[in-house]
Amino acid sequence: MQKYSIFSLIKNAFTNHQNWDVAWRDPEPKKEYDVIIIGGGGHGLATAYYLAKEHNITNVAILEKGWIGGGNAGRNTTILRSNYMWDSNGLFYEHGMKLWESLSQELNYNVMYSPRGIINLAHSDAQLNIYARRGNSMRLNGIDAVMLGRNELKKMIPFADFSETARFPIFGALMQPRGGTARHDAVVWGYARQADSMGVDIIQNCEVTGFDVQNGKIKGVQTSKGNINAKKIGLCVAGSTSLLAEKLNMKLPIEAHVLQACVSEPVKPFLNHVVTFGAGHFYCSQSDKGEMVMGGDLDGYNSYAQRGNLPTLQHVLSEGVAMFPNLSRLKILRTWGGIMDMSMDGSPIIDKSHIEGLYLNFGWCYGGFKATPVSGLTFAHTIAQDRPHTLNEKFNLNRFNTGHLIDEKGVGTKTWIG
Amino acid sequence: MLEIKCPYCGKRSQNEFSYGGDASVKRPPLGKEISDKDWDDFVYFRKNPRGNHSELWHHIAGCRQWFKVLRSTATHEIFKTAKINEDL
Repeated sequence: MQKYSIFSLIKNAFTNHQNWDVAWRDPEPKKEYDVIIIGGGGHGLATAYYLAKEHNITNVAILEKGWIGGGNAGRNTTILRSNYMWDSNGLFYEHGMKLWESLSQELNYNVMYSPRGIINLAHSDAQLNIYARRGNSMRLNGIDAVMLGRNELKKMIPFADFSETARFPIFGALMQPRGGTARHDAVVWGYARQADSMGVDIIQNCEVTGFDVQNGKIKGVQTSKGNINAKKIGLCVAGSTSLLAEKLNMKLPIEAHVLQACVSEPVKPFLNHVVTFGAGHFYCSQSDKGEMVMGGDLDGYNSYAQRGNLPTLQHVLSEGVAMFPNLSRLKILRTWGGIMDMSMDGSPIIDKSHIEGLYLNFGWCYGGFKATPVSGLTFAHTIAQDRPHTLNEKFNLNRFNTGHLIDEKGVGTKTWIG
Repeated sequence: MLEIKCPYCGKRSQNEFSYGGDASVKRPPLGKEISDKDWDDFVYFRKNPRGNHSELWHHIAGCRQWFKVLRSTATHEIFKTAKINEDL
């Protein structure tokens, strides 16, 4: 594989950039693989990468029904954070933050990791108390967290509504300074390029239509490009998980819901951090191009449509204008929707299944993007070693039977209420 | 914008309604011994199809009645609505 550097850039400039190697091949599927990963999003590609790098398993295929990074990996709002209270979440996502910090170097691909800090605004003394508790839990787990007062926030986000008459006056905030953003496409392409260079076959436009299960053991898959055998199969298909599970007669504790996001026209630097206005179901950051990247609530009913409805968008943006009044002048450039695999306790599942050789990775709710590296790392471990990594052992499927839920948000099973 | 026909009030915009999820979920009968598995199934496991889905909606900013809706989760098209004690 050609290494990307200032020298390779200069060298290729002499030939008008006509002779760059392709970033990954476009192979035909082989008859058999050691491991098949279904789903060519960030999580699937990261899983294949860590299978090859950490476990030396390179006879791997990624089957993607569309193009890589075209699902939720291309539909998120690119936020990275590990500001969780429960140990199982905090330690898992914090390991992920450490991977993000060196990911550009590791992949030899600039993922544009930007630790600009994530600010969760608080609007009452009670909410500040809750945030202080969360911040303390984070610091006990070695995660960075600071409490901010109203006066500090006035300097950091001067365009927020600090008036006394605001419906939700700003009392303070919890901030994770190392939180931030990364470039979603670059993450997908970086993992794809490295995985491919170690021998992983990335097979696009290849839809899985069925599974070959014999005596409780997975043998392979039927696809739009023919039957492919595999010793082990990992599912990394987020919003489509229930559809594949149906082909295996499995019922899973998730619902598919559409979540919308949008960007405004680009403007000059205006917001240096990621800001969440939880009381109003709104969060935003500013992209490197200057667009305001904004999101909020689920539309609130089961959907596989990858597009939402205007009432939800109107609600989210009116909350945004309440927090940043000058947003009202901006035009919206694009809106889109992605299908969330909303789990019944708000936390993911990375586990073996009751079928030997079949592994599950789903239930990411709103927060899959930030988990891309650590999800890949732990899922690769679960597949290669046939047992969970210490970081994901609490993310088991069985917890819905045993009662060991990871209810970080305490939202219960009405996932659409979020 | 979804337009939902409340069986009591007629067609209204989605802003008046809130969602209640899979209409086929049945609470285990009261006063009977229920296995953990049956209880878990009731609490955590629902239908999640891509296509026609029978679901509950609540006319919360209207007559406040719960009713059933047959809707496609692939296109959001609504085919039919019915009172809670009626079949879709």
